[in-house]
Amino acid sequence: MSWLQKLLPPKIKSREPGSKSAVPEGLWHKCSACGSVLYRTDLENNLDVCPKCSYHNRISARRRVDLLLDAEGRFEIGAEVQAVDILKFKAAKRYSEQLENFKKSSDEDEALVVVQGAIQTVPVVLAVFEYGFVNGSMGSVVGERFVRGVKNALENNLPFICIAASGGARMQEGLNSLMQMAKTSAILTKLADQRLPFISILVDPTMGGVSASFAFLGDVVLAEPGALIGFAGPRVIEQTVRETLPEGFQRSEFLLEKGAIDRIVDRRDMRQQLAQLLTLLQKQAAVGA
Amino acid sequence: MKTTFLDFEQPIAELENKIEELRYVQDDSAVDISVEIGHLEKKSQELTKSIYAKLTPWQISQVARHPQRPYTLDYLAAIFTDFEELHGDRAFADDHAIVGGLARFNGQSVMVIGHQKGRDTKEKIHRNFGMPRPEGYRKALRLMKLAEKFGLPVLTFVDTPGAYPGIGAEERGQSEAIGRNLFEMAKLRVPVITTVIGEGGSGGALAIAIGDVVQMLQYSTYSVISPEGCASILWKTAEKAPDAAEALGITASRLKTLGLIDKIVTEPVGGAHRNHAQMMQAMKKAISDALKSVSDKPVDALLDTRFERLMGYGQFKEVPIQ
Repeated sequence: MSWLQKLLPPKIKSREPGSKSAVPEGLWHKCSACGSVLYRTDLENNLDVCPKCSYHNRISARRRVDLLLDAEGRFEIGAEVQAVDILKFKAAKRYSEQLENFKKSSDEDEALVVVQGAIQTVPVVLAVFEYGFVNGSMGSVVGERFVRGVKNALENNLPFICIAASGGARMQEGLNSLMQMAKTSAILTKLADQRLPFISILVDPTMGGVSASFAFLGDVVLAEPGALIGFAGPRVIEQTVRETLPEGFQRSEFLLEKGAIDRIVDRRDMRQQLAQLLTLLQKQAAVGA
Repeated sequence: MKTTFLDFEQPIAELENKIEELRYVQDDSAVDISVEIGHLEKKSQELTKSIYAKLTPWQISQVARHPQRPYTLDYLAAIFTDFEELHGDRAFADDHAIVGGLARFNGQSVMVIGHQKGRDTKEKIHRNFGMPRPEGYRKALRLMKLAEKFGLPVLTFVDTPGAYPGIGAEERGQSEAIGRNLFEMAKLRVPVITTVIGEGGSGGALAIAIGDVVQMLQYSTYSVISPEGCASILWKTAEKAPDAAEALGITASRLKTLGLIDKIVTEPVGGAHRNHAQMMQAMKKAISDALKSVSDKPVDALLDTRFERLMGYGQFKEVPIQ
């Protein structure tokens, strides 16, 4: 930073071209869980967890990468893999058009971002679902990027972490999407053969084909508080069994109670917890010890 | 057994009724009308053939769900011997929507596992309409591991609308059960032959369908979501199911073209339900061929090929990053 830039007051600096957070969506945010009115900056500084009630707001894949990985030594894996409209699928909208629209609205080009980096100096490969891209659904690109991420972990002897946030398999790619369940699960057999840890983190929401493939195959399965996690959607279940679903059904706390996951981890503790688990599993000294 | 006719089969139904009436007349008539009957029967055959030659994907999904279509236990009774059914997941229950056990195929010991639907209302409920709960998938996995231990090929028959979306199923880890099977089947050290015989309903089908040979009956379907489910999400009405069936590409011929299955097993004219005996013969040959194609491969080579197939799923493009 030059001496001149240092002299400029922060407000002017934030108006530099390319900078995003001038005043985008208003200064205030009303918590959808407890109704508290929060200063947006306070919410963001608290990792988008409500400081009053600890409600975990959904956040983007990039944000999660930023929150978890050390700033140094990151590089992205599989960004070259891009979607094609295999079936020329058209419902109310064309799939090809939908893809373009989601690219604009989510600022991502697919529903999975894979980055190699480190968590508190512990090297990892981290894959994160972008729920804002076609509901985080898993199609060919997601499957291939996932596989490339795991292959990178295999080559470099690194643990693999995946944060799932997905509606399930992507219908618009037909059976190829279903097969991504098989593909992602199969590559994990290689990670297991090489005794490399796979930590699966489930965040709101993790459903369908993503839930029913690699998501529960973690050596350790973690979830953020209050996340909706399940195979079938609550509405489908309600229509099938014609009963009111029990309170808290398919939420993280319910899954913990039923023995389906190892731990619920608050987003604000996630980075520290992951570093701890990874060093424990790999028989390494605690970070900073 | 009286054939149940689907909507698009009404012209065939009318002809068959006419034949039936004539036969009735013939019984107490001095006039010989057998020539006329023979003529009509031939016409009915031709009509069936021509209708079935141009079925839409939605019509095919009706045939795949036909109430008289052969189910797993029908194949077991007809083309296997010495079937010893094995029950239960050793943890919670025996799921009747998946059957499995030891049997002989042409004298060779094999493990057979398949979804099972019911015929009448009582049996349908008993089989939960062929929709397994987690214990079904865990039973299937237990039997696969048993087969692995004793070096027996695994033959799976797929026929389910999907895994059961119920409260108990979720509580007992439907997702985990399916995911675990996908993981374990990818490295199961015995040959696995999978045949989709009716409905291949999404994850609930895939959980027993990772194979070295994956084949489909001519009028079976295999899909990421049911046409009705897809239509109600993407078109906002289940009435658009025929459009969804078309768009999703769920038929054997389409999936063969897409490279997602190995082989199509031809059905009798008018579908498997019209001629069980003929269907059984075709299935026996298909399974025999499939077993032959994998039997002399060393296990490691088999697993490498299986793994490469799994890694090859999906279509995408690679673009240079700016």
